[in-house]
Amino acid sequence: MMSPAMRRRLPAVVTATLLVAMIVSGYLRYPKFDGQAIYDLFIDNGFLLVAAIGATFVILSGGIDLSVGAVAGFSTMFAAWLIVRQGWTSWLVILIVLAIGTLAGLLMGAAIHYLEIQPFIVTLAGLFLFRGLCFVIDDNSISIRDPFIAGIAEARFQLPGGTSITLSAFIAIAVLAVAAYVLHYMRFGRQVYALGGSEQSALLMGVPVARTKLAVYAVSGFCSAFAGVLYIFYIQSGDPSIGVGLELDAIAAVVIGGTLLTGGTGTVLGTLLGVLVFGMVKTILNFEGTLSSWWVRIFVGSLLLAFILLQRLMVARKTPAPA
Amino acid sequence: MTEPVLEMKGISKEFSGARALVGVDFRLFPGEIHALMGENGAGKSTLIKVLTGVYHPDAGQVTLDGEVVRITSPLQAQKAGISTVYQEVNLCTNLSVAENVFLGREPRRMGAIHWARMRSDAAQLVRRVGLELDVSAPLGSYPLAIQQLVAIVRAVAISAKVLILDEPTSSLDRSEVEQLFAVMRRLKEQGVAILFVTHFLEQVYEICDRVTILRNGALVGEHMVAELERKRLVQLMIGKALGELEELTEHIRPAVGKAMIRAEGLGRNGAIAPFNLDVHAGEVVGLAGLLGSGRTEVARLLFGADHADSGKVLIDGEPANLRTPNAAIERSIAFCSENRRAEGLVPELSVRENMILALQAARGWTRPLSTEKRDELVARYMKALDIRPSNPDLPVSSLSGGNQQKVLLARWLITQPRLLILDEPTRGIDIGAKTEIQKLVVELSEGGMAVLFISAELEEVLRLSHTIGVLRDRQLVSQIANAPEINADRIMEIIASGAPA
Repeated sequence: MMSPAMRRRLPAVVTATLLVAMIVSGYLRYPKFDGQAIYDLFIDNGFLLVAAIGATFVILSGGIDLSVGAVAGFSTMFAAWLIVRQGWTSWLVILIVLAIGTLAGLLMGAAIHYLEIQPFIVTLAGLFLFRGLCFVIDDNSISIRDPFIAGIAEARFQLPGGTSITLSAFIAIAVLAVAAYVLHYMRFGRQVYALGGSEQSALLMGVPVARTKLAVYAVSGFCSAFAGVLYIFYIQSGDPSIGVGLELDAIAAVVIGGTLLTGGTGTVLGTLLGVLVFGMVKTILNFEGTLSSWWVRIFVGSLLLAFILLQRLMVARKTPAPA
Repeated sequence: MTEPVLEMKGISKEFSGARALVGVDFRLFPGEIHALMGENGAGKSTLIKVLTGVYHPDAGQVTLDGEVVRITSPLQAQKAGISTVYQEVNLCTNLSVAENVFLGREPRRMGAIHWARMRSDAAQLVRRVGLELDVSAPLGSYPLAIQQLVAIVRAVAISAKVLILDEPTSSLDRSEVEQLFAVMRRLKEQGVAILFVTHFLEQVYEICDRVTILRNGALVGEHMVAELERKRLVQLMIGKALGELEELTEHIRPAVGKAMIRAEGLGRNGAIAPFNLDVHAGEVVGLAGLLGSGRTEVARLLFGADHADSGKVLIDGEPANLRTPNAAIERSIAFCSENRRAEGLVPELSVRENMILALQAARGWTRPLSTEKRDELVARYMKALDIRPSNPDLPVSSLSGGNQQKVLLARWLITQPRLLILDEPTRGIDIGAKTEIQKLVVELSEGGMAVLFISAELEEVLRLSHTIGVLRDRQLVSQIANAPEINADRIMEIIASGAPA
């Protein structure tokens, strides 16, 4: 019999095992699979990691945010428009986009809490709104030639063994560290968990429910915009159709990382594992070379189903048997 | 005499014209357990909600430690030193025990939650009430009774002055209640003033020092428990003598004619051994036995909720195949389940919709009831059962337990069943509503309905039944005709010895 605490960590343990198995088999099977391939996981999935961290906050609190990809896409387009067409200073633009993302999240949170509308609906409206705005700015991508952006995009740190890692990947990992600290060591973080456990109880226990809920969606909005900024460093342009479906990848990564969709249980470290598994699937299929990239979706889909079933099993076993 | 730690004077509260509280005085002394008694609707919950800041009184004042205070919110009440533990545990089961105790007041070091200290502090608090728990385990891994005790630990840790326990015992079993009482006694020794709300008279006499009685929103009196006789307490609560209850026994008469429903060798492996049972039209058959003795299982077999492995059911002498509840409903059998929250009522729907549910289901969705017919039926049964408040549009969850039970009863009565199975219809409701339901059972049987009445309270079974079936260890061990010489002791003997009478 597993202890309850162990059982809660079971999905994350399964994910970690899966990840190690994938890395080991990748190492054995493909001669070109080396340390750099591992760093590339972080480099190529930094924006997904940041978006998934925001999604983790929302899902832990018992909500959902579908606007992630649209807000990220809008951030790239709006930033590109300000820098290229209006000639604004790039670092200032980045701050502005982050502020807009945060504000958007805050407003959606307010609509969810004060108007008592399903988060699904509110953030779906957010998705349409921001995706629409992308195309209002321009139908085509706008490439950014800016020394500051290029500087960050091309900054690489040399690591032992001839490998290297980008600054963006570092930034993503820093966001992860901050999120882990906030969730585990700050009262706000514990209030997010309490809210996801039971909103009614949280209220009666004196948790500032309104403030916490608004803050959770603001964090998600901030992370979405941040993911957009990392996109800019990655492709050095704004693209109206970038980030389509990012929210779904983020939710998948969160679930694979062991966070319960009903809220209240999970960690951002689990989310990191989920993102890395997601990335490994892509990497392996790349190395395989012959398979259609849609196999990534099929594989992730099956994985997601397996994890949802695992969650179901956990929840079912948690309820005590009737006497 | 010590000074009261809390004093409420002349508290009045009105809800859109209905007077819920009229000039009520109430006080709590440190180191005393004080019971608040009264029927449903007497104003107990309103008084508690005024005390915890959920409602604001229209008149009157609250004094805490000699100072007049205005309580505006539950949070402020907590800060002022008044904590409440509700019937339903309002904690987060996904968090650890320690976090539940400290949520919102976590010890911190340099702005970060100090987990080690939080755990050791929580362990200490938990030990102080006599519990041994792994405080880092999620609360959900402990049974409900322990969760309730953790809620008390949290409440006391926040403020140790006044603790309100709102019906904490209603879902606990005997040993769990003992555990709760042990904790209450400890807190009492530490000088906490405890307000204890319960429906169980025995518990008042077991643990309380003082009792305040409310009736129809007004104060009836404050007494020391030791100086108040049980009978007198009940009289004060319902405002009339017990005579009405005792009258009921007069109605007992022998059953006549052919059995309306007859079970022959009906049984189900692991649930109930094969049994024979007759219920006649106009007869009340009571089932007595301990919890888990197979009472509910008998009912479920007769209603088709479970499959029988052996035996058969005859209705009016004809074999009947009761494979599903639907088949039973078609044969005019109705079943009021013991778990009215989980299995009976739909809390989000209105009283009207809940009442009409079974009849509409029996008719099928292609033949909806007309609005007039529906309103007429609902009005008739709300009146007949005296369901209060008498507004059919309210969500059923806003009614008190006793009235919810009546709505459930009304749902089945509307279908005009020939056999009514009542599983613990009076559990968790106050003595007034209990009497009304008992009276209703008598009236229904006099009107020719067959009733199978299941209750853990022997007195109740004895009072209502013509025939009593005694269950023991999932076996129907005895069936006896009720007679004046049969009493609770006799039934207990049968349950204890397992010997047929």
